[in-house]
Amino acid sequence: MITNILFGVGVAFFGFVLQTSIAGVNRKVVGRVQKRYGPKWYQEFLDIFKLLSKRSVTHGWIFDFGVIMALGGIIGTAMFMPITSDLVAFADFDNFFIFVYLIAVGMLGMAMSASGSGNPLASIGVMRALTTMLAYEVPFMIVVLTIIKLTGTSSVTGIAEFQQLASNNWFMIALPLGGIVGVMSLMGMIGKKPFETYIAPAEIASGPMVEYGGKQLGMLFIMHEITVFIEVSLFVHLFLGGAENVVLFIVKYFLVYTTLNIISSVYGRFKIDQVVLFFYKWPILMAISQAFVAIYLGWVI
Amino acid sequence: MLSTKFTKLSKEEVDRKWWEIGDFFRRNSLWMLMYCTGCCAIELPPAMTSAYDMERLGMGPMATPRQADVLLVTGYLSLKTLRRLIYTYEQMSEPKYVVGIGSCTINGGIYHDSHAVINQLNRYVPVDVYVAGCMPNTEAVMNGFVDLMGLIKTKKANGWKDYHARNEWYMANQKAALGEVKVHDEFHE
Ligand code: SF4
Repeated sequence: MITNILFGVGVAFFGFVLQTSIAGVNRKVVGRVQKRYGPKWYQEFLDIFKLLSKRSVTHGWIFDFGVIMALGGIIGTAMFMPITSDLVAFADFDNFFIFVYLIAVGMLGMAMSASGSGNPLASIGVMRALTTMLAYEVPFMIVVLTIIKLTGTSSVTGIAEFQQLASNNWFMIALPLGGIVGVMSLMGMIGKKPFETYIAPAEIASGPMVEYGGKQLGMLFIMHEITVFIEVSLFVHLFLGGAENVVLFIVKYFLVYTTLNIISSVYGRFKIDQVVLFFYKWPILMAISQAFVAIYLGWVI
Repeated sequence: MLSTKFTKLSKEEVDRKWWEIGDFFRRNSLWMLMYCTGCCAIELPPAMTSAYDMERLGMGPMATPRQADVLLVTGYLSLKTLRRLIYTYEQMSEPKYVVGIGSCTINGGIYHDSHAVINQLNRYVPVDVYVAGCMPNTEAVMNGFVDLMGLIKTKKANGWKDYHARNEWYMANQKAALGEVKVHDEFHE
C-alpha cells in the first residue's frame, strides 16, 4: 500500500517535470512560429519557483484552502494515471471514470478559491470555465463511451492494450471522426487558443487567477501543469494506443502537445457563446454519427 | 586546505543564502505590468514582439498587479492616473520593482511646467531604474531591463524596502500632490 502511494506520488512528480519541460520547449516553438527567439527551455521552472519565492497576500481562509484543495485533488488524480501499460501505481483502479470524478475535485477547489477572492472578474472566469467544460465534455464523452463499448472495458490500460493488439488500429485511425472530436475537445480541456475564453488576459484579466499572486499563483501553476499532464496522457492512452515503454510515451506526449500548441498559436479567441455553439454543432454531430457508424453498422477501420 | 568540518550557519547566513537563490529566480523571470500612460508606451510593442523579443530574457506581460513583479511607468502621469498608479503599486506582491521610462518620469520632460502632471515619479513611488530619453529607443528600454536584472543580482533594487522604511515621506508627498489618495467610485457613490 505504502509503496503504491509512493509510486503514485512519483507519477504525479514525473508528470509535473515532464509537462513543465515540454511546456517550456513549446514556448520556444511558439516563439519560432512568431519569428522570435523564444525563452530558455526551463523558463517555466524559473517562473514557478520565482512565484513560490515571493510574498503574497491572502483574501481569507477559503482563498488559501481552495488552492491547497485544488493542488491536492489534482495530485490525487495524477496518482492513478498509467504511464505505460505496466507502469501503474494502482493496478485495476485506472478506470476512466475515476479520472472524470477525481479531476472535478481540483477544479472545484480552484472555483471555490477564486470565488473566495471576491473579485467579480474571478467569478466571471469560473463561470466561463464551467460553461466551457459543459460544452466540450458532451462530445468527448460520446466518443469515449463508443470506445468503451467497442473494447468492452473502461480501464485506461485495458483500452490501450486493446489497441496494441496486432489486429486493431489506434482509435485515432479506427474512428477518424471520433479522433478529430477528441483533438478538439482536448484543445478545450487544456485551454488552448480558440477556447481559452475563461483566461482571456486582455478581456477579463486572466479570469479565475485575477487575484492570485506569489505562492498561491505558484501552486496554481503546478496544478495547471499536472492537469495538462492528466488530460494529454488520457488522450495518448485512449486514442493513440498508449505506450509500451516510457520513451514511446514521452514521444507521443510531446507530439500531441506540440501539435496542439502549433494549431493554437495561429488562432484568435472565441467568445463564450461561440465556444458553446461550436462544440454543440460540429463535434457533437461528428461524435454521434461516429457512434452510430461504429456501434450499429460495425464499421471500424 | 579547506576544512571539511561542518559548521552550523547562523540564521542570518541561511536567510541570506535563500534570498540569493530567490533572487536568481526573480531576476530571470520578471513579469511586467505595463502602466502605459504616455507616448513612451509605443516603444514597448517592438520590445515584446519579434524585433527585440524580451521573452528570451524571461520577461512577459501580465494581466493584473498581483501577478506582476515589475511596474513599468511609461511617460507622464496626470494627477488622476497617479492615484490609480499608487493603488496598483500597493497591490503588487513583494519583492516588486518599478521602471520609469522616459524623461517625463525623471523631471517632467517637456511637460515640466504643466499644471496637470507630476514631475518626479520617485517622490510618490520608489523607482529602481530610469530609462532616459524622449522617447528612449527600444535598445535603451531593453538595456534598462538588463540593468534591473543586474541591480537585483547585486541586491541594489531595494525600492520596495524603501517604501516601507520611508513610508511617511512618500505618503506626505502623495497627500501634498493629490489632496486625497483614495479613488472615489463615482459610479456607485
Ligand atoms: S518622455 Fe517624451 S515620449 Fe515619453 S511620455 Fe514624456 S513626452 Fe512622451
